[in-house]
Amino acid sequence: MIKTENLYKTFITANGDKVNALVDVNTQIDKGEVVVVIGPSGSGKSTYLRCLNHLEVATKGHIWIDGVDILDLKININKVRAEVGMVFQSFNLFPHKSVIDNVNLAQKVVRKKSKEECEKKSMELLEKVGIAEKANVFPAQLSGGQQQRVAIARALAMHPKIMLFDEPTSALDPEMIGEVLDVMKSLAKEGMTMVVVTHEMGFAKEVANRVVFMDEGAIVEEGTPEHFFENPTHDRTKLFLSQIL
Amino acid sequence: MKTSSGLSRINPFTYNLSMAGFIIGVIAFITVFIVATKAIDYTWRWYKLPGYFYTNKTHDIDAEIKGIVESITTKDKTISIVVKGNSESETYTLPESGSKRVSIGDNIYQGDTLAQYKKPQLGLLSQGILITLEVSIYSSLIGILIGLIGGIARISKNPAFKWAAIVYVELIRGSPLLVQIFIWYFVFATIINGMLMNMGFHEISALWYGVAALSFFAGAYVTEIVRSGIESINIGQIEASRSLGMTSAQCMYHIVLPQAIRRILPPLAGQFITLIKDSSLLGIIAVRELTKATREGITTSLQPYEFWFVCAILYLLLTFPLSMFVQYIERRMKTP
Repeated sequence: MIKTENLYKTFITANGDKVNALVDVNTQIDKGEVVVVIGPSGSGKSTYLRCLNHLEVATKGHIWIDGVDILDLKININKVRAEVGMVFQSFNLFPHKSVIDNVNLAQKVVRKKSKEECEKKSMELLEKVGIAEKANVFPAQLSGGQQQRVAIARALAMHPKIMLFDEPTSALDPEMIGEVLDVMKSLAKEGMTMVVVTHEMGFAKEVANRVVFMDEGAIVEEGTPEHFFENPTHDRTKLFLSQIL
Repeated sequence: MKTSSGLSRINPFTYNLSMAGFIIGVIAFITVFIVATKAIDYTWRWYKLPGYFYTNKTHDIDAEIKGIVESITTKDKTISIVVKGNSESETYTLPESGSKRVSIGDNIYQGDTLAQYKKPQLGLLSQGILITLEVSIYSSLIGILIGLIGGIARISKNPAFKWAAIVYVELIRGSPLLVQIFIWYFVFATIINGMLMNMGFHEISALWYGVAALSFFAGAYVTEIVRSGIESINIGQIEASRSLGMTSAQCMYHIVLPQAIRRILPPLAGQFITLIKDSSLLGIIAVRELTKATREGITTSLQPYEFWFVCAILYLLLTFPLSMFVQYIERRMKTP
């Protein structure tokens, strides 16, 4: 479903320094897999996720999404993106549109569905994330957790084959984290292919098929949650886990 | 009084004293000014002004042939006077309210006044206001259009669009509007009208070259306003819409512009206040807008003080609603 080969990403800072955000990242994520990417801040995990959606353009290497090489300039990236949902740390809802219009918009504009079809689908999804009663309010009137659930519904409205989550609970108040994680867990149970960058170790243990640990732009260690949390092999992983657990 | 924060406390006595000081200052200034004008023997003649807003102009009806008044009939609120000459006969009509100067059987010579009537008409200053409004409205609309295209071009990744917008903005902002109006009128107008004449079309009037100069001038400023409005939209929203598969044009249309336009309304309205005032320069290319009309009014009335004050107040009346509008939307935007 997702494959990266020798992926490199180099940022050039304002004063000309080079920062290696990704160093030779090779991953293979199969259909229906839930992969949790963890690591200290600045380890490149968000950059990796953003590269998968071409929001960040990789400097070198290959990325295949559902068999399409997205670094090939000849492909229509919008088509690929329509099949890959993304949920952001800061929700990024459209503040000038009501909740249901947030969910409707891409269905209407990208999928060219009729108004009735859009609204039917949107209400279905809002019900699924448990926020149907707020369909007509504006994002600013919602709590962070509610906004994030709307953002998930908005991404799901495109019928994506893959969902990418970029620290979806990091900007939330502690009591709201649960409601968002519940939605993500139910998605995982339905067999959605998911790549999740998060600091929620509980979620990783419970839901992930595989945990990937990144540091300084490279993958240090990966494995099942059992392996990863109970007997990590790498010293860097052990240090990280001892700091956060 | 508004509730104020602890940082801006002022005691009521000081407040009232200062307010009284302000009002006294204004009255004193006006008094000193009026006394000064008396000292140089200026006679204020405000009564001359209404005629420059609205006049009842007297129209003469003159005979075009020599002959005898054959009949005078009143029908459907119009009076018809028929003059019969040697071989031909002419009919003249005027409104019922008009006054006849001839009776049936009178001998008429060519050029004699048969009747007079009055017709209400807009005065010089009213016409000036209308022209100023016309020029300002057209220039604002075209200016917005240019600015919108310019602003989007300015942030485009395509270097041709981007550099075209940069060069346009820098050229326009870097030279005086007066010079630009001269270039439009004495260079572009000469060329374009010359070509139109050669091809057998009508000339385009000076007013439209004035509108063009103002539009392109305002357009450059609107370009920068639009650019800053677009850049003020959080990049996260753009990423979110692109991650849903929208093209950059769809993202611009559905996400960025609707929000940017709301944010740029106050500076945009400010730009149009400037534009209304700048339209006063068009008098120099013979567009009879408010300032030019005022100058003509002074030539005929010889009352410059009254006219210049009235002119300034009329501009204020045109710009004031816009600045009220700016304040209204700025207030509305502060409260979520």
